[in-house]
Amino acid sequence: MNDLSHAANQALQLVASGDPKLFEIVLLSLRVSLTAVLIACAVGLPVGALIAVGRFPGRHGIVVILNALMGLPPVVVGLLVYLLLSRAGPLGEFGLLFTPGAMVIAQAILIAPIVAALSRQVVEDAWAEYREQLRSLGERRLGAALTLLWDVRFSLVTIVLAGFGRAAAEVGAVIIVGGNIDGVTRVMTTAIALETSKGDLPLALGLGLILLTIVLSLNAAAYVVKETAQRRYG
Amino acid sequence: MSGPAAPMHGPHTLLPLRLRSVVFEAGGRRIVDDVSLTLEAGVRTVLIGPNGAGKSVLLRLCHGLLRPSSGTIAWNAPEIPGRARRQAMVFQRPVLLRRSALANVAYALALARIPRLERLGRAREALDKVGLSALGERPARVLSGGEQQRVALARVWALRPEVLFLDEPTANLDPAATHEIERVIAAMHAAGTKIVLVTHNLGQARRLGDEVLFLHQGKLLERTPADRFFKRPTSAEAAQFLEGELPW
Repeated sequence: MNDLSHAANQALQLVASGDPKLFEIVLLSLRVSLTAVLIACAVGLPVGALIAVGRFPGRHGIVVILNALMGLPPVVVGLLVYLLLSRAGPLGEFGLLFTPGAMVIAQAILIAPIVAALSRQVVEDAWAEYREQLRSLGERRLGAALTLLWDVRFSLVTIVLAGFGRAAAEVGAVIIVGGNIDGVTRVMTTAIALETSKGDLPLALGLGLILLTIVLSLNAAAYVVKETAQRRYG
Repeated sequence: MSGPAAPMHGPHTLLPLRLRSVVFEAGGRRIVDDVSLTLEAGVRTVLIGPNGAGKSVLLRLCHGLLRPSSGTIAWNAPEIPGRARRQAMVFQRPVLLRRSALANVAYALALARIPRLERLGRAREALDKVGLSALGERPARVLSGGEQQRVALARVWALRPEVLFLDEPTANLDPAATHEIERVIAAMHAAGTKIVLVTHNLGQARRLGDEVLFLHQGKLLERTPADRFFKRPTSAEAAQFLEGELPW
C-alpha cells in the first residue's frame, strides 16, 4: 500500500512536470487508436446498417458471426496481422510491421466488428419503427440505411466510444505488431506493461492515470452530448 | 357529394384502383377475405368496421406495403419503381425523423425527386397549411402528439399525392387536434387528392365521408353513400355495428 501511494505521488509529479517522453507516448496512443476508430467506423457503421435493413440469405448467420467477433482476443488479431505483414507474409512488401501503421490495422480489425454489431442492433430497432413510413415515402433499402444511421446518431456516439475504449485499452495486438519500440511504437498500454515488468512503477502508474483520465473524460463528454441531444431531439 | 372536380380518368392517372378477389392471410388466418372493389377519384372513401375487420391491412395492401396472398391490386397507371411515389399514407402514430419539422417535410420531398432549391419553399408552404409555420425549426419528435400528426400531414401535403391513405389518423388525439387534422384532410380533398380514410370515429366518418365501405371479418359487406349508410345500412352487421358504437 505504501508502495502504491509513493508511486502515485511520483506519478502525479511526472504528469505535472510535462515530461516530453511521457507525452510522446500519450500522443502516439491517441493517434493510433483514433485512426483505428475512424477506419473501423467508416467500415463498421455502413456494414452494420446494411445488415440491419437487408434481407438476404445467410443474414442470421452473419449476425451471429458478427456478434461473436466482438469478443476477438487481441493477441489472436495481433498474431494474424503479424503473419500478414511479416516479410514472408502476403503484405510483407509494404514493410508495415513494427510501425504505427501496423498497430492501426490491428486495432481497426479488432473494433470494426464491435462497431458493426452494435450499430446493426441500434439501426435494426429503428428500422422496425420507421420501416412502413420510409417505404411509404418511397425510400429504398440503401437510402433507408443511411437515413437511419443519421437518425440514431446519438446512440452511435456510445458505440464509437466503446470501440475507442477497447482500442485504447488493449495491449496484446499492438505489442505483437508494433513491438513496443521506444520512440516509434511505444504506446501507453505497452509502456505500462514494460515499465511494470522493469519495476518502474511511477511511470507505469502515471501512464495508467492518464489512460484512465482520457477514457473517463471522453465517456463523460459523450454522455453529456448524448443526453442533451436526446432531450433536444427526442 | 362535396367532390372537387369530376373524377378524372386518363392514361396517366393512378386511379381508378381495382382490387379483384384480394385475399390476405397471416398466421393461418384470413385477415382480408376475397375483397373486390374499385376506388375512383373524387369521392372521399371511408372504411369502417369493428376491430380486427381488416381495415388497416386492406389500406396497406392498397398502398403497396403488403402483398396480397392471392388476387390482384392494379392501378390504372401503376407507379414506376424507383420513381417518385404519387400516393401517400398517414399512419395512426406519426413516425418522424430526429430532425426539424421542416427537415422532415423536406426529406419526403427529396425522396419525391423534388429539386433541392424548391424543397424548403414547398416544405414551409406545407407547414403553413397545417398551421405549424411557427414550429418549423423545432425538432419534430419533441412536438406534441397532435403537432406531430400535423407535421405528418404537412409531409404528405407537400408531396401533392393523387391518393392519400389515412389509417386512423386521429385515434390518439384530443378533439381540438382532431378538428385541426380533419380541416387539413378536407383541404387536401378540395385540392384534388383522393382520400381513403380508416376510422373508428363515426362522427368523423360522417364529417369526412362521401361513401362508406363496411368491413366485417375481412369481408367487404357493403358500400353505400355516407348519408344513406348512417340512416339505413343495408347489411345486418353494419346496422348492429352502428347501434353498438357510441355516436361521437
